[in-house]
Amino acid sequence: MDHTAEGHEPVVREEEAIQHPLGVYFKIWILLFVLSAMSYAVDYYQVQGYMRWFLILFFMVLKAGLIIAVFMHMVWERLAMVYFILLPPVLLLTLVAIGSLEADWTFFQRGVYFLKELIIVAPTAPHH
Amino acid sequence: MSTETMASDSLELKPGMAGFFDDWSSDQRAFKGVPWGKAMMWIFLVSDTFIFGCFLASYMTVRMSALEPWPSASEVFALSFGGAPIPLILIAIMTFVLITSSGTMALAVNYGYRKNKWVTFWLLFATALLGATFVGMQVFEWSKLILEEGVRPWGNPMGAAQFGSVFFMVTGFHGFHVSIGVIFLFIFSYKVARGHLDNQTPGWFTKRGGNYEEIEILGLYWHFVDLVWVFIFAFFYLW
Repeated sequence: MDHTAEGHEPVVREEEAIQHPLGVYFKIWILLFVLSAMSYAVDYYQVQGYMRWFLILFFMVLKAGLIIAVFMHMVWERLAMVYFILLPPVLLLTLVAIGSLEADWTFFQRGVYFLKELIIVAPTAPHH
Repeated sequence: MSTETMASDSLELKPGMAGFFDDWSSDQRAFKGVPWGKAMMWIFLVSDTFIFGCFLASYMTVRMSALEPWPSASEVFALSFGGAPIPLILIAIMTFVLITSSGTMALAVNYGYRKNKWVTFWLLFATALLGATFVGMQVFEWSKLILEEGVRPWGNPMGAAQFGSVFFMVTGFHGFHVSIGVIFLFIFSYKVARGHLDNQTPGWFTKRGGNYEEIEILGLYWHFVDLVWVFIFAFFYLW
């Protein structure tokens, strides 16, 4: 049930809520350093193929998550704001999907065009 | 009886999903307990997310459809300190500088809410200097790429022509954000040092009284700039 013991709280209690211990910021700071170093190591040691893509995305998501959650105070916000901020950018995935379809088609068309030039036009160059 | 419970309900903020539906279906404001400036900054940042999202999605599209090989960022951005060139070292240093500035910014917000004027000032000032360092390194990176490597928005000697246009567009827009952030960090370190936030001095533009909430709002912008860099670093420099 409701927390009746706390009684009538003022609606705005920003200043109390914001007094987070400093330790959490230092921990996240160090974690971000370590994660950045690790994502740099992916390139430094030239990890390739699917492992490279997985590691890049993995470290990227972790870093972004930590920055949003702690540095931008998202874990302390009310859900009304959290969903308003985090859900709309998911729509960008549609753009990514459309973009990759488009890119495949363009790539295919370019391939056909340049191949035609190479095979048909090039041997009969003085044709026109 | 029932009106009494309703009155006490409306004063109390419910946690979790019940709170989500309560907040969004309530009168006047959906974001309870949030200063309007902070809500507005978040709305701006969500819209900015879409701008950078569009840049990165178009980057994906042009890279996938390029016939020529994409230049290796690892080699293009390698730097030699006398010995063999170290891959991507400048970008790695820039990443660490930006993360350090994010840390000092987070601490500045915290000390701001503690009303610790001078610690807040020095942390903000350090954040501004680190941000300026980042922009300086980006200027170095750009001039090296333009003057020595011959990269142009319409072509480059290393491979796919789209590399240059994406590079200048994406890092340019991000660098512009960082520069704006640095300007505001200097403005706000001045305001903190002069006690404008303690004394609620009206700002020259908005005429609103100063408040340490403004440091948190500025912090949101600065962390967002760092956040965008996380994605640029992963997709443009590492991929």
